[in-house]
Amino acid sequence: MTGPAAVLPAYLEQSAARFPKRPAVVDPADGAVSYARLNGMADRFAGYLGSRGIGAGDRVGLLLPKGTVKVAALYGAMKAGAAYVPLDWTAPAARLRAILTDCPMRTVVVHPNCLAALDDLAPAARPQTVVVTGERSGAGAVAWEEAAAHPPLAAGERTTRAEDLAYILYTSGSTGVPKGVMLTHENATSFVEWAGGVFRPTEQDRFSSHAPFYFDLSVLDLYLASRHGACVYLIGDDLGKNPRELARFIAANRLTVWYSAPSILGLMAEFGELAKLDCSALRLALFAGEVFPVKRLRALTKLWPHPRYYNLYGPTETNVCTFAPIPLPVPEGRTDPYPIGAVCDHCEALVLGEEGRPVEPGREGLLHIAGPAVFRGYWNRADESRDRFVERYGKRWYNTGDVVVERGREGFVYLGRRDRMVKRRGYRIELGEIESVLHRHLLVREAAVVARSEPGADVQIIAYVATRPEARPSMIEMKLFTAKHLPTYMSPDRFEFVAELPRTSTAKVDYQTLRRGAGAG
Amino acid sequence: MNEVKEDIRSYVLQEFLPGESPSNLQDDTPLRTSGILSSVATLQLITFLEEHYKIEVEAHETGVENFDSVADIAAFVVRKKEGRS
Repeated sequence: MTGPAAVLPAYLEQSAARFPKRPAVVDPADGAVSYARLNGMADRFAGYLGSRGIGAGDRVGLLLPKGTVKVAALYGAMKAGAAYVPLDWTAPAARLRAILTDCPMRTVVVHPNCLAALDDLAPAARPQTVVVTGERSGAGAVAWEEAAAHPPLAAGERTTRAEDLAYILYTSGSTGVPKGVMLTHENATSFVEWAGGVFRPTEQDRFSSHAPFYFDLSVLDLYLASRHGACVYLIGDDLGKNPRELARFIAANRLTVWYSAPSILGLMAEFGELAKLDCSALRLALFAGEVFPVKRLRALTKLWPHPRYYNLYGPTETNVCTFAPIPLPVPEGRTDPYPIGAVCDHCEALVLGEEGRPVEPGREGLLHIAGPAVFRGYWNRADESRDRFVERYGKRWYNTGDVVVERGREGFVYLGRRDRMVKRRGYRIELGEIESVLHRHLLVREAAVVARSEPGADVQIIAYVATRPEARPSMIEMKLFTAKHLPTYMSPDRFEFVAELPRTSTAKVDYQTLRRGAGAG
Repeated sequence: MNEVKEDIRSYVLQEFLPGESPSNLQDDTPLRTSGILSSVATLQLITFLEEHYKIEVEAHETGVENFDSVADIAAFVVRKKEGRS
């Protein structure tokens, strides 16, 4: 194809010109949509947004299940010059309200079942227009069918630039409110162009779209596919969590490229009955978001020996910035996790030790990343954004907060974190955000949340809750309470009720004792 | 029916809510939407139901709509068992 496109919707447009009849998206509930048709839908929705004065500098919220409409809406938003903000439509209304208040949207495309999240918003946070799917236009709301029937924008009205924000992805925030990672078109396209060079997709490929769109794995699924005219198979939340059905889906649709967090791949190896299925079309199995326990990876690669496996690493703030091919077979005796590997060509890496001095290979330090993929900052959080960058050698480096060591030909090896962020099923969780929710419960005097992981097992999140003994809530009550404020992947696995939290000599919460499990009293 | 409910209740308590007082797990306490049962825990519960009651559970039958509480799950198991015999 011609040279790289400067903005994401240009990928769709170029594929619509080259492969108008090839399928761009398959929605299991809805069937296939061609590149020409998807591009047309996006153009008309962009025209609608333009007619409402929505464009550069504005945000379009997406609060609906994964489907063709959602894909058309995000391309339409970007074609109009706006950024899209994908929201977790399964999240509790309180959390959605916190995001909508932090980052007001000019319009929100919303599924009728999610409308309640828009109630009770302060006037400043209320979207001016609400586009509802599957409903007739009515008081205060426009039907998607109507918005997507608008005449497209004229060529001169299209002004999206590479440096404009393409999307904002909300992730867990340590202060108790989720934070929005702002990413530009250039951030995304620099990654997509790199991935194209390494993974060599063609228009014959069939990509999975397993991750929700608010998860940065979706950037590879959506845009690497559209860059090369390939087809992306949308996998919704229910199917995405069901290893047996998912394995059948991969086989039935002859998917060629799979990308997800390791946890669901491990579950497919365990529960997916892979030995009975023909998944031989799969040529690439990519995983990212957390460490793949080696025992599970070995089990998977024995059942699926044919694809090439890659461990991709990178926080939402940079998307993928290092990568490691996994040579097969996984040795029987191996227990060490695989390295995160070499830095991608479009990024630069620097390891800084104590006091911010560069360390020599073989010594541990914090991984810093520079280059066109690095995000612009956190929405509405100038101070926190500034704190995450350092200037060195005339460049701006993002501090990932991940402790790594560089080991010769293996590249970088991930060692852990110094702060209180953990990963579960690929999702980032700030333990402090869970604590701040627990503190809102009337019976909770104090709360401390720790994560424990044993080799080969999932991370366990344990909440220590200090209450008066005579006013102790039940574990179920605490579960129900957290479910009202946090997505289920952030819900603690266990609650331990104590009279007092253990303290260090300086009167701080003694997290070390709690992590060892010695705090229950 | 009541026996099935009690079996499910004690399994959920023992596996996923150790230390919780049984009276707090009501028939209608939401299990999935509350995070009491994670997706992996749900798979574990389904395996238990299949083995304990000799039933075959299809993936499409375990959505949150009809599989979210002790009462829902017990009713599902009873329907399944009746369908078999």
